[in-house]
Parts: sequence; structure tokens; C-alpha cells
Amino acid sequence: MKVLIPSPLRSYTGEREVEATGATLAELLADLDRSHPGIRFRMVDEQEGLRPHLRLFVNGELVRELGTKLSPSDEIQIVQALSGG
Amino acid sequence: MATRRAQANGAAAAGAVVLLVATRKGAFILRADGARRSWKLSGPIFLGNVVHHLVLDPRDRRTLLMAARTGHLGPTVFRSADLGRTWKEASRPPAFARAPEGQPEGKKGRVVDHTFWLAPGHADEPQAWYAGTSPQGLFRSEDGGDTWAPLPALNDDPQYRAWMGGEQDGTPDGPKLHSILVDPRDRDHLYFAMSSGGVHESRDGGRRWAPLVEGLEVVEELDPTNVTFHDPHCVRLCPTRPDRLYQQNHCGIYRLDRPSSRWVRIGKAMPRSVGDIGFPLVLHPRDPEVLWVFPMDGSGVWPRTSPDGKPAAYRSVNGGRTWRRQSAGFPRQQAWWTVKRQAMSADGHDPVGLYLGTTSGEVWASRNGGERWSCVARHLPEIYAVEAAELRR
Repeated sequence: MKVLIPSPLRSYTGEREVEATGATLAELLADLDRSHPGIRFRMVDEQEGLRPHLRLFVNGELVRELGTKLSPSDEIQIVQALSGG
Repeated sequence: MATRRAQANGAAAAGAVVLLVATRKGAFILRADGARRSWKLSGPIFLGNVVHHLVLDPRDRRTLLMAARTGHLGPTVFRSADLGRTWKEASRPPAFARAPEGQPEGKKGRVVDHTFWLAPGHADEPQAWYAGTSPQGLFRSEDGGDTWAPLPALNDDPQYRAWMGGEQDGTPDGPKLHSILVDPRDRDHLYFAMSSGGVHESRDGGRRWAPLVEGLEVVEELDPTNVTFHDPHCVRLCPTRPDRLYQQNHCGIYRLDRPSSRWVRIGKAMPRSVGDIGFPLVLHPRDPEVLWVFPMDGSGVWPRTSPDGKPAAYRSVNGGRTWRRQSAGFPRQQAWWTVKRQAMSADGHDPVGLYLGTTSGEVWASRNGGERWSCVARHLPEIYAVEAAELRR
């Protein structure tokens, strides 16, 4: 499925849009990490929590659980919002 | 390695000096000419990354390790084998062990916010590195910084977890493990410090640790027997007398001569109007009697700026019995500098070069042991660390 990559993570993908697979968000992020090593740890901490300032949208809807189920036609958008100077 | 041995034996180094400048918005490198009179700035490296430490491996004098994160992205370590021309990310950055599911509050697994301190391992272990993190954690790499493993005897020990305290017990930028020191005579003899949480020692490579806080003062009204209240800001070990350590603490400047385990407050000899509070402490590379500090205002609400807006280093040439002010070249007034604990260092030349970076983005240098200072870079982002290093000749 299509995954939209924000600019802070494009040093890993080189592209703003990549393909990845997985039956859940956790599987999708694992697949992304296989293709682009290191990208997952920048988004998910060692206790399996999403890092602050990171948001994941599935078909435009905000999701917070890595166990969220996905289907092959879904579109995933990773958004990173930073505040402060 | 030859130069390192020469330094340990008391001879001055002669390699070209570089300053590795870590800032809140990326890293920079300043390169000196042979006389250390003119400096050339390069960078930024990883612009926009929060870089807490950039260190040259003294064992090969080519490899750089950098602790970085960004506002959005988790913490990582970058490694360069060619003095910063190309970089490769660690394949397993420092991270705490994952806690079992369903742990109650207070026993949940911890998350590394950032790697704060990088330290090369012993000269006999050329691939070994240590990392200290925020919140407090100690990690070791045995492959040149590519993969990092936690030291569970510390990171997961209930007593140490209690001494580390919680978010409320740390510094404003988060509680930190820092000042990782390796005894040059014994690779298993280690020290580290925590802000807060005291100074600690291991003689078996990090399998067992013991506090080393006797003689240190804590904030008034608190109990000095409680390790968690101790806040060492910067601890250094004399390279040519490894049984001597110096410390800039939240509550004064101290010296420790082993085998004693009692720190002696040598900052009492500082001028009363200046006090003995500060962040960094720098040692002479060959003379264990010589050290420098850079005092800050620790009065009232703790401005943590140069006392009275008049920046100055203070040097002792007798192990802290007396101190002399060194401010020639610095602004004479209205200069409200803050110099963080990693932002002051010395080279190995004779006379010794001293360097410091301010949170207002200036780098200052002295090529005569602090007798006279000049600004060698300005308009940089907030400086977290300045490491002086010498390249291979």
C-alpha cells in the first residue's frame, strides 16, 4: 500500500511516497524498516510507543494503535509536526 | 596512538587541532592552522538535528561519533570513518530494554530521549564505546558504535532506578548520565556521574557499581546521605595521575585522590563574590595540579550566567588550593554567558589550548592556557558541546 513520507524521514526513503505491506500498522512499519533500515526506531520507541510529534493517518483518519488493521487499498500518511523554535 | 602514549608519558601532542562543536541545530567543525591562530569553520553537519555530543576517537583519530535526534525523530548515533565527509547511522542505537506488558506505573519501561554523552573505551579495546543517556542510562558498543547494548546491572537495578529518580528530579533538559571515565590502567575500572544521582564506580567492567559521594554537599535542607540528591555537573580523571579526579558539582568544586573515597571541596578557595558553581571543568593534559573552571551565577533563582555579566575562567595550578582569574580578551561587562558542562575543553599542545562554547553561539579560544582569549566563531546555534581533538599528523 501507499505510504506518504514526511520530509524529516526522507533521508531514509529518498522518496516522498513508498510502498509497504502489512496486515497491521505494526507490520507495515516493520516492512518499512526492512526496506529502509533505521526508519522505525525514529518513529517508535523501545517500549513500542509512537514518539511525540508523530501522527499516523489511515485514509485520512488519525490512528494511535500499532495494532490497527490495514487492508491493501489503504493509504498511510505519516505526519510529523514540530512546535517551538 | 603514539601521540596518546606520548601524552600519557608527559610529552605534548603536536597534531592539528580541530574543535567539534555540537549545537541544538546541528554540528560544526573548526580547524586550526599550525599555530592555532586562525580557524576555519565547516558545516553545518546534519543541520536541524539536536546534537548533544560529537567526539573524535583518540585511538584512530579519524572516526567521529555523533549523538543526535530531532524534534520529531527518536535518538540515534551517527558514525563517520572519514572525519565527517560521510556518515552512517547506528543500526541499533542506545535503547532501554523493553518492559513486559502491563507493568504498573513507576515500573514501566523507560525510553531514551537522547544520548547525551559519548566516551571512547579503553585503548586496548579499539572498538569499544560508552554512551550516557537522558533519562539516565549507560550503554556500551563493542563494534565502533554500530550497535549498542544497555548495561542492565545499572539501568535495571532497583536501587539505581530509585537513585535516578523521575523526570522531576533531573535537570531542566532532562536527567542525564554523563562523565563516563575509563581508567587508562584498567579497562574494567569505570566511573560515571548522574544529574542527578551522584558519582559511581565499578571495578569489574560495569557488572557491579557503588556510589562515590562521601564529602560532597547537596542543596541545603536535603540529606547528603541520600544519593539521589547529589548533582555532579562534570567529573574528570587526570590522564597522567588516574588516581586523581576533579569535579564541578551543583554544590561546589571538589577533588578526590584515591584510594580515599572522600571528596574535598577545593572551591572554597574561589573568590566569595564569584563562588564555585558552574558546569564545565577542564584538566591539563599532563599536569594533574592544573585545572580550569568557568563559574556561573548560582545565587537566587540560579541565572546560570557569568557572575555579574563578566565572563572569566579560573585556573588553579596547585590542585585547587588557590585560583587565578583569566578574563583577558573576554567582554568586560554585559556578557551573560552560559557554558554547558561539555562545552569547554583543552588540547594537548604546549602551551595548552583552551576552548569554550556559549549557549549564545560563540566559540572562544586561548592558545596559552587561558591567559588571553579570542572569539573564533560566532552566530552559531546554541552550543551544547565543544571537544578539542587532534588529527593524525
